[in-house]
Amino acid sequence: MITISNITKKFGKLAALDDVSINCNSTECIALIGPNGSGKTTLIKSILGMVVPDDGSILFNNKNIAHDWKYRKHIGYMPQIGKYPENMSIGQIFDMMKSIRKDDTISLDEELFTEFGLDKLLNKRMGTLSGGTRQKVSACLAFLFNPDILILDEPTAGLDPLASEILKEKISKEKTKGKLILITSHILSELDDLVTHIIFMQDGKLKFHKPFEALRSETGELKLSKAIANIMLKPTN
Amino acid sequence: MKKIIKFVVIDILRNKIVLVYTLFLLITSLSVFNLEDNTSKGLLSLLNLILFIVPLVSIIFSTIYIYNSSEFIELLVSQPLERKNIWLSLFFGLAGSMVLAFFIGAGIPILIYEASSTGIMMLIIGCIITIIFVAIAFLTTVNTRDKAKGIGTAILLWLYFALLFDGLVLFILFQFSDYPLEKVVVFISALNPIDLGRILILLRLDVSALMGYTGAVFKDFFGTNLGFIVAFSP
Repeated sequence: MITISNITKKFGKLAALDDVSINCNSTECIALIGPNGSGKTTLIKSILGMVVPDDGSILFNNKNIAHDWKYRKHIGYMPQIGKYPENMSIGQIFDMMKSIRKDDTISLDEELFTEFGLDKLLNKRMGTLSGGTRQKVSACLAFLFNPDILILDEPTAGLDPLASEILKEKISKEKTKGKLILITSHILSELDDLVTHIIFMQDGKLKFHKPFEALRSETGELKLSKAIANIMLKPTN
Repeated sequence: MKKIIKFVVIDILRNKIVLVYTLFLLITSLSVFNLEDNTSKGLLSLLNLILFIVPLVSIIFSTIYIYNSSEFIELLVSQPLERKNIWLSLFFGLAGSMVLAFFIGAGIPILIYEASSTGIMMLIIGCIITIIFVAIAFLTTVNTRDKAKGIGTAILLWLYFALLFDGLVLFILFQFSDYPLEKVVVFISALNPIDLGRILILLRLDVSALMGYTGAVFKDFFGTNLGFIVAFSP
């Protein structure tokens, strides 16, 4: 579904992405992990076309995404830090997004919207919201248009335990529908029962991309956090 | 694209500054026309006011507005929208509401008191100057990421176009007064939209006789249809 070949992105001297090639297919639920500043968000932003790679190409359903924008309607993106116009209310944001992406073939998915109880906050202005509520708005917007691909950048950061449980529930539900889901997170324990594949990045380079099962049998650890720790501690890697 | 323009316009209207700007223009133009018994004189006073204030408000408000809508833009770029469309909608929304404000504020009094061809031309010039300065604001914000620097640049650009430019032209005229400079000056003043607007109106008002020989040259050039077209083409 998404084929990334040899992309490189430099910010000044720092190489945020260094010759990364990844192939992602639908029905996969991929955890994108790596230390801070390892290029995870840059990778996601280049898939979305918000960062233009210096070199290499990204194919979406075998079509190059450079100078294209229509492919983005298949993607639901939840940013790490959601930025919204301060003086628009939650209701206005949703109305705007709906009218911009209006398409009769898409059925709206408002399950999260009601489960998070955002329908009671429709008149609140975005500028007055807490970080967690903003995060809820971002999550709802990502799921709203029933996209084939979900890209979630640190989805549970800032959410209370109840909300993050609802969100995880929703993610695993979408997973069974055969969608491609890309999650970055530092809380590895919550990825355990969600992900099928692991992408590990370090210093802008792709360290490995393999099924979770393979990683489990290689390291002999059941938990993702321990498996990753096991790999990071190995001097050969 | 229409939808984004709609949201931009609604957002700007909710921002009271544009309404205040409209009211200010309305009050000044009405009072200027009521103070002078000769509407032609009133038009001249209004011209100087408009050429000073319209560019200032257009450029400063647009710059700050674009910086403030960075979140709005960021929200839109992750959506299935073409970049060009996002910018164009923002530009049309902003330029459209500024032109509307100018039209209501200055246009209505002009049409009431002086609906001659000169008055209508002044209206058109005001609208074009508004659009040009909104465009300059876009250029400044795209080129500088830093807010303070961008707004500073916008103010400097306004100062340059409104005040410094005339000084420079005068300086050149005096320094090289031994040479036949008329054509060069015509070309140089055509580089500044504010000057161009002023000259066009002054010629219409037949006060160019006051401007001496250079004025005559201006009339020679800008007074003809060709000059008129050249003046409007940028």
